[in-house]
Amino acid sequence: MNEKVLEAINISKYFHDPLTMQVLNNVSFSMHKGEFVSIIGKSGCGKSTLLYILSTMDTDYEGDLIIDGVRMRTKNESELAQVRNEKIGFVFQFHYLLNEFSVLRNVMMPGLKLANFSEKEVEDRAYQKLKILGIESEALKRPNQLSGGQKQRVAIARALINDPLIIMGDEPTGNLDKKNSEVVFDIFTELAQVYNQSLLIVTHDNEFAARTKRIIEMEDGKIIKM
Amino acid sequence: MKFNLIASISRSLLMARWRQTLVAAIGVTFSITMFVGLLSFMSGLNDLLDGLILNRTPHIRLYNEILPSKNQPVDQAMLFKERHNFISSIKPKNERLEIYNNTAVIKALKNDDRVLGIAPKITAQVFYNVGGIDLTGVINGIDVEGENKLFSFSDYVTSGNYIDLKNTPNSIILGKGAADKMLAEIGDVIQVTTAKGERKQLKVVGYFESGLLEIDKVQSYASINTTQKLLGESNNYITDIQIKLKNMLIAPQLAKEYQHLFNVEAVDIQTANSQFETGSSVRTLISYAVGITLLIVAGFGIYNILNMMIYEKMDSIAILKATGFSGKDVNNIFTTIALSIGIFGGLLGLLCGYGLSALIDQIPFDTPSLPTIKTYPINYNPKFYLIGAVFSIVTTYLAGYLPSRKASKIDPVIIIRGK
Repeated sequence: MNEKVLEAINISKYFHDPLTMQVLNNVSFSMHKGEFVSIIGKSGCGKSTLLYILSTMDTDYEGDLIIDGVRMRTKNESELAQVRNEKIGFVFQFHYLLNEFSVLRNVMMPGLKLANFSEKEVEDRAYQKLKILGIESEALKRPNQLSGGQKQRVAIARALINDPLIIMGDEPTGNLDKKNSEVVFDIFTELAQVYNQSLLIVTHDNEFAARTKRIIEMEDGKIIKM
Repeated sequence: MKFNLIASISRSLLMARWRQTLVAAIGVTFSITMFVGLLSFMSGLNDLLDGLILNRTPHIRLYNEILPSKNQPVDQAMLFKERHNFISSIKPKNERLEIYNNTAVIKALKNDDRVLGIAPKITAQVFYNVGGIDLTGVINGIDVEGENKLFSFSDYVTSGNYIDLKNTPNSIILGKGAADKMLAEIGDVIQVTTAKGERKQLKVVGYFESGLLEIDKVQSYASINTTQKLLGESNNYITDIQIKLKNMLIAPQLAKEYQHLFNVEAVDIQTANSQFETGSSVRTLISYAVGITLLIVAGFGIYNILNMMIYEKMDSIAILKATGFSGKDVNNIFTTIALSIGIFGGLLGLLCGYGLSALIDQIPFDTPSLPTIKTYPINYNPKFYLIGAVFSIVTTYLAGYLPSRKASKIDPVIIIRGK
């Protein structure tokens, strides 16, 4: 239970365009398995930037990032892709489903890439995940035939397909109405409580954050409360 | 497994914009079609033009020429051997045109396994007597069957049967131009006078049309026996030996060898017809240049379409990368897209190219100078298809290379943040 899944050590980041500006200033924190953490702060405080660094997609930073006890700095592009594939599930503000594929195929995609299971097994697992999220009946539709809330649930199912160490969300409810936001939050809570899933959600919805277990508040590139 | 995944993603991306894909593939198809069609047609025409001369020209011709002796007696005399001797007004000696000991020469040549076949020949200068007028002419005494085998003699005999030349004694096949001048019909008897003044009557059994008007006005053919009788020579009199080789390229070197060996003049086809080789290589160059230009244009088409596709699919690429696809995977996806356009378009292009060639092959092409040709000539050389296939794959790969690289370098953060 107390195993650290993610640790940030003195992470700093600068933007150089148009002027050199520090967006993150010595951010350090760690997260344990099964924690449901939200990061809040005003627009431009660097919370999304921090999330992209933590997700290994942004590699231009100072300091150290340790995921599952492994240092990320020394890894190359394809190794980082491997880490994202295996250990991190993403939910963005926008669903980013591929309209060329069915819902089921979208969910299966990271699983097929990881290739720990045969295609058939990945398909079964994708059905399971869709079932958890209550949208297995939509599996064979195209993403553009789904409502916004349903799309976001598909995106969550996709994030879950490889049983990731941690799920990261960037304003996952930002585009949703009250009712759907509620649904998504309930899903996250269920994942945390029932499946002991670690979650790290960036949001500016204080109401949403207030209901998570732990809140990290940021201002001007620094953590002011955690 | 991994390849399957990449292939299935590529296929879905392709099918999602199938119209665009089709346009790109049609571009490749069109250029490969044109490449194959054009090259087959051009090289068919080339072969035809070369064939006009080359098919009827022996690879090596052995003959005797009346020349002043290169070894004058004064040069051989002990006293003057080391000096520089000036002799004026040297005349050729009265030498026979026949090839000495030709039976042995022919036997030796027949045993040489570089030689495909030989056909002896006699060239006789004559006058065709038309009433009071004498027309100059040349009668080629040929071994009818040998000539036909090596130089497709029968192809050029437009009326009458070539074999009658052998079967009918004292017969002649007249050049079409000469026959027209003499108003000689098949079955008529014409009279010729030899250079020595002997007259002889010959029966016309056919017309000969070479495609070269000047030659048809002068040349006629008779069998070797008839010509020997005409000239009043014995039946081992032969002035030329025509040799066809298995490999034409060794002709110059072999000509030199025979010249020494048999002590005769020998001329090879490359020396005798050098302008044809230059002409045909230039024409081939032109057709390749046009064909390759077409392919490069098609390559740019694919490049454009892939570039557009990548701009459209930025989000998809970003999310693929965010969920664990590496730059290399994305690169492979777009390279696969480019190559499948190339392979599909190329294959179709080869088929259409074959179709186009077959179509051109049906277009009538009637020309009096080319009696054997009825339709436009096509060279169905598999080489063109091979080049077309390889080139379509290579160009599409190169056209896909830069866009794929660009796609692999897309930074997911920028796109995802941008929303």
